[in-house]
Order: sequence, then C-alpha cells, then structure tokens
Amino acid sequence: MPRIKLNGTLYDVPAQTSVAAALMNACFTARQSIEGEARGPLCGMGICFECRVTVDGIAYERGCQLQVRDGMEVTTDAA
Amino acid sequence: MRHDTVIIGAGPGGLAAARAAKRIGKRVLLIDDNWGPGGQIWRGYSGLDIDGIDKRYSTQVSDLDLDCEQLILACGARELFLPFPGWTLPHVVGAGGLQALVKAGLKIQGKRVVVAGSGPLLLAVAANLSKAGAEVVLVAEQASWGSLVGFGVSLWRWPEKIIQAAGLATSRFRASVWPVSAEPGRVVMSDGQTLQCDYLACGFGLVPNLELAMLAGCKIESGFVSVDAMQETSVRGIYAVGELTGIGGVEKAEAEGEAAGSRTALRGNHGAFVELLRQCFALREELKSLAKPDTIVCRCEDVTLGKIAACSSKREAKLQTRCGMGACQGRICGSALEFLRGWPPDTVRQPVHPVSVQDLLKQKETANP
Repeated sequence: MPRIKLNGTLYDVPAQTSVAAALMNACFTARQSIEGEARGPLCGMGICFECRVTVDGIAYERGCQLQVRDGMEVTTDAA
Repeated sequence: MRHDTVIIGAGPGGLAAARAAKRIGKRVLLIDDNWGPGGQIWRGYSGLDIDGIDKRYSTQVSDLDLDCEQLILACGARELFLPFPGWTLPHVVGAGGLQALVKAGLKIQGKRVVVAGSGPLLLAVAANLSKAGAEVVLVAEQASWGSLVGFGVSLWRWPEKIIQAAGLATSRFRASVWPVSAEPGRVVMSDGQTLQCDYLACGFGLVPNLELAMLAGCKIESGFVSVDAMQETSVRGIYAVGELTGIGGVEKAEAEGEAAGSRTALRGNHGAFVELLRQCFALREELKSLAKPDTIVCRCEDVTLGKIAACSSKREAKLQTRCGMGACQGRICGSALEFLRGWPPDTVRQPVHPVSVQDLLKQKETANP
C-alpha cells in the first residue's frame, strides 16, 4: 500500500486511490479560494480545478486526475 | 510515429472509434486526460484497453497541431453546476463528481448523501452510492412528475433503457424538488425541509466539452457540434462523437464512435432519445433565481452574481470582474451563466487548459527545433 505524506502526516492509502479521494478520506479540504474559503473537490473529473494541490513541490496539480504513489508528498493551501 | 487516426477521449465513443479505426487498418493514437480508459461512465472498469494501438493517458490536450488524416473528438461532457447559497462549501460536490471520487477511492460507507439536480444520472449515482454503503437520504429531481411520466412512457422505444431505469428505482426519489441553500453539514430543499448530510451530490445535467471543437473552428449549432452522417464536422478531417453532438448516453456514443472510426454512415436514429432527454429534463425557471447577489458564481476568482449584475456578456464580465478567467477557464461559471443569463459561449483560445511554462517551452522547441 503506498505511503504518502499529506500536509506533513503519513498515511497508508490503497493503490489506485486519487489524491483528491485520499485528501477527503483524511478530512482535508484542497485549495483556499482567493477570498480565503476552503474548497474541496467538485467535479471529480479534471474540469473545475477546485482540488488543486501541491504534489512533490509542483503546484496546481489536480488531485482528482492523479493517483497516489509511494513516497508522494501532498500539501494543501491551508497547511 | 505518424498516426492515421488520432482520438481525443477514451470514453465509450472514443474506444468504439479506436476499435473501428484499428479494424480498418489505421494506425491509431488514443489520448485521454484520465489515467486509464473508460471516460467518466466506465471509470475504473477493467478490460477496456485496446491492444495494437498507441495510447497516451494522463495527457491533457491544450492545443491542436496534429499531423494525421483523421482527428476524432470524443471529449464527452461535464456536469452543469448551478450556483446557490452555499454551493462552494466543501461538502457540496457534483453528482457524477461524487461518483467519480468514490470510484477513485473516496470512502462513502455510512455517509449520509443527498443526491440532487436533474437527469437520469441522479438515479444511477444514488444506486452506486448505496451499493458502496452510503445512506442516500434523498434523490431530488427538479423536473416535474409530469415530465418524468412522459419520459417513462416514451421509453417503450428503448426497452433496454427501461430495464436500466427500473433497476435504479428508489423510494427516496422526489420530483419537483431542488436544493435552495447549503450550510456546513446540511442542505435546505425547495419544499422547505432541511436535511442533515455529509455530502450534497448535486448536478443539473450534462454539458458537452466543446473547447477543442471550438478551437478547431468546427460549426456549433444549438450548443452541440454539427456533424454529417459519418460524424465529420464542418472542418475537413475532424470528426466528433458522443456527447459533443448531443447528450444521449453510451449507446449513441458507441454507435457514433463506430461510424467515425470505420468511416461509414451512422447506424440507428439516436436523435429522438437526445430530444426526449432534453425535453423531459429541461431546467425550470426557478433555478435561475437560486443565486443571490452575494452568491459566488465564478469559483476560481470568487466573483459574486452581484458583481456581474451590470454586465451583458461573458466578455464584459471577464473584462470587468475576472469572472471566468481562473484555472477552469470558465468551464464551470460559463456553463452556469449560459443558463442563468442566456449568455452565449465566448471564443476559445489555446491553450485550452492551464499549461506550465516548462511545457510551453517544450512545445516551442518541438515546433522550431
């Protein structure tokens, strides 16, 4: 089972899980809107960009279009 | 390697096109933004992959500059999300959106879910969520019972669809009900009841992903790509299949994909079902007044309805308020505003998705080595 780091905490997440689903399972929201609202995934299919997070240092990755990989490090805006 | 047929979208339409094109001896490239084939409807299904063709998954197409004799657009549809107070809260997700997230590993066991909006997708989502262990509190369809009975009666022409629909029936279903506002952990419905829920899964039907067809200059009529009997668009060599030519589901998409891929005339009449869906699930006028002046319309840029009140087009709203200029490039608010304000789509420019500077530079190097 891939072990990933979400906002600094380690989680064992079943393979094939999307980063967006992993975040929701761990009770994290994704991005912070420009007015400071916490946003979570909306469309689940790569359209709305509400689930964007920083993955392994790369910003603006859509969590719903990305599967977890062992050693992956995900940070959200609020962290 | 040069390909004869390039297909964008690996849902039912794109897969059917790929199989047909391969069968008639074409070198095929199949591209999809998702990590595997299936599109949204068959997301996560196994056994869909096609051998003997080239595939590029997890690949976003942001511009068209393809060296091939046939380009088949099978870009599918997205959900229509309409703004209402509270729709930006994290527990409010798409109906298809929640289903996609569950297929991608979201734990839904024991969660209370209100499914709302419009279209046959709601029942399918509710059934799948229940199967996955969710407690579906309510399935709220905005269309009236009258429309739905009309839909049911007309289905005799498609017996296989009756069987599908019957399998999805639930006692939690209500017609002529829609969400009017959401607060953390609950939703208020149009009939006055307040429901506690972990998720409100809400989508008001589907709209086609027209961006690439518009970028290519394909003729669009009444919101869909115009095609001939072989699915060719107004631009020679560019074909369109599936939801791009009319929201009609899997059977239509597969038939159109087969026609485009094999370059033969489309079999069967799928237009009647498209028209039936459009009529029976037409959105009611009341939905236009759900959003209040302080309700966010453009989620990317946090633009409220009040801020664009004086604007008369998407272009004007963009220039005055940045509405539609965020990361989704107006895919969410633009579709909503077409319904709310009757604003026609704005022009589409490349890149049709946000692209990193690094990727733009790579593209430039490939173009001018």
